[in-house]
Amino acid sequence: MQVILFHLMSYADLDFEATKDHETVWVNLPNKYFDPVKGHQLYNRYLDELEYGEVLGFDGVAVNEHHQTAYGLMPSPVVMASALARRTKKVKIAILGSALPLREHPITVAEEHAMIDVITGGRLISGFVRGIGAEYHTFGINPTISHDRFHEAHDLIVQAWTRPGPFSFTGRHYNLEYVNLWPRPFQNPHPPIWVPSQGSKETIDWAALPDHRYTYLQTFSPAAVVEKYLQAYRDTAQGYGYEAADSQLGWAVPVYVSDTDEQARKEAKVHFELFRNRLLKMPIEMLLPPGYTSRDSLKNLMKAKASLSQDLTIDKAIEMGMFVCGTADTVRQMLEDHWSKMHFDNLLTMMHFGSLPQDLTKRSMEMFAKDVLPHIQKLKRTEPAVALA
Amino acid sequence: MSFQETFITLNECRVRIRRQGKGTPMIYLHGADGAAMIQPFMETLAQSYDLIVPEHPGFGQSDETPWLENMHDMAYFYLDLLDHLQLPAVHLVGSSLGGWLAMEIAIRAPHRVKSMFLSAPAGVRVANDPPGDIFLWSPEQMARNLFHNQALAEKVLAIPLSEEDQNIRLKNRHTTALLAWEPRLHDPCLHKWLHRVKMPVSILWGAQDKIMPLACGEKLKFHMPHAHLQVIDQCGHLPQIEHPGVFCAAVQHNAA
Repeated sequence: MQVILFHLMSYADLDFEATKDHETVWVNLPNKYFDPVKGHQLYNRYLDELEYGEVLGFDGVAVNEHHQTAYGLMPSPVVMASALARRTKKVKIAILGSALPLREHPITVAEEHAMIDVITGGRLISGFVRGIGAEYHTFGINPTISHDRFHEAHDLIVQAWTRPGPFSFTGRHYNLEYVNLWPRPFQNPHPPIWVPSQGSKETIDWAALPDHRYTYLQTFSPAAVVEKYLQAYRDTAQGYGYEAADSQLGWAVPVYVSDTDEQARKEAKVHFELFRNRLLKMPIEMLLPPGYTSRDSLKNLMKAKASLSQDLTIDKAIEMGMFVCGTADTVRQMLEDHWSKMHFDNLLTMMHFGSLPQDLTKRSMEMFAKDVLPHIQKLKRTEPAVALA
Repeated sequence: MSFQETFITLNECRVRIRRQGKGTPMIYLHGADGAAMIQPFMETLAQSYDLIVPEHPGFGQSDETPWLENMHDMAYFYLDLLDHLQLPAVHLVGSSLGGWLAMEIAIRAPHRVKSMFLSAPAGVRVANDPPGDIFLWSPEQMARNLFHNQALAEKVLAIPLSEEDQNIRLKNRHTTALLAWEPRLHDPCLHKWLHRVKMPVSILWGAQDKIMPLACGEKLKFHMPHAHLQVIDQCGHLPQIEHPGVFCAAVQHNAA
């Protein structure tokens, strides 16, 4: 299994007390609460943590894209991936992902990702996302054409990476007389494409298509939900007439390691709960603008609104398998159990969450790297035997 | 007296139309909330006009259609509808999004519009005076911000929504976003062509409108200097519901 250190780069120094009457930290939390001096320290600390991931033996490091929020300080994951490109030597660098429909023109994504791929000699994993609903409010992009723009942007980017240029591209949203990428990507035919999602059927159907076979990542969800959607991906692939490889599946989950199970919970509690109950929270109108999901999905999600907005304790989150937390042995056991049920070949560990301070993050990463990482990296299914006629 | 309901299929889109009354034809163009019900102000107008109340493509019981991508498409659809109904010229009455639509129709075919009545219309934007964020409000905030008279908001909020009502509300919201998410509730090119509008124009605005700022009414008055701009006090975004008497009198005065 490939284990990747995933950072969300939350604004950990947010004054959670002063901002507690704001319904959300997305879209309209006044940016006076962002202190650039603290931001400077946080960016450098977080990049240090990702670079340390290479020293500790992770297979990759990962960043993502979110806009105008204290949830994460990476409106441009390309900037972070660029910073990492020259400071790391071996690890994969995963952008999870670039929000294609939010870009005025996706050819810029094709170009920037190709640059990083060439600079790193082919270490880029290229993630494609639509951006979350809140970002359609902040960017003004029409959410009713989000899927359409995403698919068209994807087609343009993949063609730009693979088709000999120059050629012209004619779409509904993007039109170019000359697509002729300099540089072309280092990896042939192109960097692996990963698709992080919360499990929408449209996304799974699309990622699993026989000419895509993109790695599907289930992000921050209860283990039972992860299992359901990874199985949905396998079933969808089967429906298309092929067997999904384990490498097509991944899970992104927060992880925390300490000396005892009790101590781990005690140390992580406030930071995890701020992450889950403050940084992730937003009103449903912000999360799901019209057209962002199908109206059937929207209706189901509105019914589930009560549970979405309910606070969750760390104990409940651990019990539901949303958070892997405890001693190295406990964490290893939990991850091995999950793997033996789901056989995902990519695990993205979020070793920082919410307001977790530097010393605890570093310690947890070191304990994880020493006593968990080498074991779970070995988890691999032997190729299914092919019956001979 | 009751409205006749028919369904017409035009450009492969089936639309619901209600029609009642005798006299000069008048089309009521509804706003983002649609026109599910016949309202008292419609009954009043149908006493003086041949009142036609369509549900726009993408709203209510009318079809959603792949050709509908923006307000221009909607305006051309209505010009086709006038041809289909064999109406050489009509009075237009538009509320909010429907007011914007009325202007898009009128600049394209001014000779087809006898008079135009705009009730708190969308369509133009004044910098630093944005409309209320109808897409970020909860249903309760929306009801409260629609009306100045909060008793009306309470009444609306107390009506239980059936599954079908809920579906239509989501459908209307979707089509509104399709047409008006960005640029928000306006077309930056519309004002350039308002000089083509020579027919009588009246603009009505609630002084306490929390959705469309009155500055937009003033901007429209600037681009259509012959228009009459009337502001009514104690009134939110829907004068036709809050003050139907004032609304109908103003419509009748404009469409004399």
